[in-house]
Amino acid sequence: MDFTRRDTLALGAGAVALTVLPFRVNAAGEDAIAAFTGGAEVAEGGVNLDAPEIAENGNTVPIGVSAEGATAIMLLAMGNPTPGVATFNYGELAGSTMASTRIRLAGTQDVVAIAKMADGSFAKATKNVKVTIGGCGG
Amino acid sequence: MISRRDFLQVSMAASALVGASGFGNWARLAAQQSLTQDQLLQFDTFGNVSLIHVTDIHAQLKPIYFREPEVNIGVGENKGAVPHVTGADFRKLYGIDDGSPSHYALTYNDFSSLAQAYGKVGGLDRVATVVNAIRADRPDAILLDGGDTWHGSYTCYQTAGQDMVNVMNALKPDAMTFHWEFTLGSDRVREIVGDLPFAALGQNIFDAEWDEPAEDFAPYKFFERGGAKIAVIGQAFPYMPIANPRWMFPEYSFGIRDEHMQEVVDQVRSEGADLVVVLSHNGFDVDKKMAGVVTGIDVILSGHTHDALPEPVLVGETIIVASGSNGKFVSRVDLDVRDGRMMGFRHKLIPIFSDVIEPDAEVAALIDEQRAPFKDQLEEVIGQTDSLLYRRGNFNGSWDDLICDALLSEREADIAMSPGVRWGPSLIPGDNITREDIWNVTSMTYGKAYRSEMTGEFIKVILEDVADNIFNPDPYYQQGGDMVRIGGMGYRIDISKPQGERISDMTLLKTGEAIDPAKNYVVAGWASVNEGTEGPQIWDVVESHIRKMGTVTVSENNSVKVEGL
Repeated sequence: MDFTRRDTLALGAGAVALTVLPFRVNAAGEDAIAAFTGGAEVAEGGVNLDAPEIAENGNTVPIGVSAEGATAIMLLAMGNPTPGVATFNYGELAGSTMASTRIRLAGTQDVVAIAKMADGSFAKATKNVKVTIGGCGG
Repeated sequence: MISRRDFLQVSMAASALVGASGFGNWARLAAQQSLTQDQLLQFDTFGNVSLIHVTDIHAQLKPIYFREPEVNIGVGENKGAVPHVTGADFRKLYGIDDGSPSHYALTYNDFSSLAQAYGKVGGLDRVATVVNAIRADRPDAILLDGGDTWHGSYTCYQTAGQDMVNVMNALKPDAMTFHWEFTLGSDRVREIVGDLPFAALGQNIFDAEWDEPAEDFAPYKFFERGGAKIAVIGQAFPYMPIANPRWMFPEYSFGIRDEHMQEVVDQVRSEGADLVVVLSHNGFDVDKKMAGVVTGIDVILSGHTHDALPEPVLVGETIIVASGSNGKFVSRVDLDVRDGRMMGFRHKLIPIFSDVIEPDAEVAALIDEQRAPFKDQLEEVIGQTDSLLYRRGNFNGSWDDLICDALLSEREADIAMSPGVRWGPSLIPGDNITREDIWNVTSMTYGKAYRSEMTGEFIKVILEDVADNIFNPDPYYQQGGDMVRIGGMGYRIDISKPQGERISDMTLLKTGEAIDPAKNYVVAGWASVNEGTEGPQIWDVVESHIRKMGTVTVSENNSVKVEGL
């Protein structure tokens, strides 16, 4: 033992980061969806949303979206103070209708992708991404 | 067409281990006379391919005691399913006689007396004997290491994993995947991997910046064996940057990446694989889910959650093999691979009874060589124990109770936190506690014991967060550890509730008062994943505490009330 009590009983820094608090869906996300779809019905399926189950770093979470035949895809982080992330628009000459980006998540929440199809219909995919304190993997 | 069920050959636990039921005499000699090395190794070679699986050795070069868990709760679809079956229920499920070698090896009951009867388990020199015996039957058997190999002991820490690399190389594995290895830091991992005489695999090890497969690790490797083409795909621990300090390996990203796994399986099949084996560090429930999501995997060799199962679990057409931890078991899987598919298998979970299996002289000498420079440090007796010291269990273990006591008293804290890791051998009543024993349950590269103030509300947030990593009903959200161990505080947990609602009745034990969400408490803990954590090393804290106690007695811990089972 080569440390003294006096040296070591000081309150240490960096024990746990105080960043993870419970987050709730806010109404702004639903409003943004309504504005994008004009209130039209949104079907499940037809959209591929690639996101991790648990974020390795909530400040930069890799997200990929694709939807065959889409003219636009809107990406939302439903629990962020500002849920809108991006809307990707595809013209007729687009080689593929996919996009990937990194987003910041304020806490555990649903990430939603809504695709507007060429025929005017809408489809969506949802994935819950956890943002966790971590630290106890055995 | 013949159904798969018709030709799957499963060796029952009863035949995997020769039962010596009701020997009625705890005398060590009597027990051991009923067991021989030939019995442990007995196996009718089958098919044309043999796999040998070891995993989660946690740097245990020498024989140890290892008590399996009493509390291992499954949730969602895994409620009551293996490996979440323990004790008498486990013995009943697999037809294991009370008091038999299998009882001692696979369940927790009467551990201290059975440990005296049957002795220690493991030791890589014994594992070498078993591997060599299998290779005598099948010279081209494939030896696969599921990872958590270069972590967990005094010598491993002092040599930054070199002791384990040297000894494992002597066993001549064919491939390996990873978890705790990365806590050596990514530079050291690349340094070792660059010189490894076998494949370092991980289809889910990605470059964090580009989100593309990392160049330092291959996703898979082909082996030609018994006229068949075998693909072994690696799956590293998916939640490394979350469960362990991300700053130690910032270049890498992990994740389950089951869609990429499917792409890799499809690719190796298109390249002519007759058999697809996944060497996995996912944890058992994650492997079970992945086996149902990804098609085309024949065998998953499962690690991480330290489960030892005497039979493979079948999911669809995939068998999942779980081979325990700490060098206690070796799995042998013989396969009949014909016409581009697995036609049948025979399996045996071989327990490494260290007094029964003859050590391999060459590997024994190599182990002693690794330990020689540290002999005096390793063997110094710090104290004795009157209690069985073990770690495994969802909520507490007596080793962690002792560690939490050390934190409370040495660090003058209200509340102590100890990480819910699953490694660490056991000691039985009457044992000396050496420095090596303390390091076996504490050694890590981020072991500093912090002392910090936290509000009651934040302590609850931590407990809720960790509880969801274990009891989320979707296995893909489980990280495979156990609940953070708490000293100085009791609580109630309803595992059936969602995150945020599981924890209640938090009570400060020294006063009996309810924890006040707004009040600050002094919390001492260790293994923080945050960079720059300050404090003495946890093994020094524990050593100082044990020295003062002389003889350790750990009383039963009833401070966690579990509901919603």
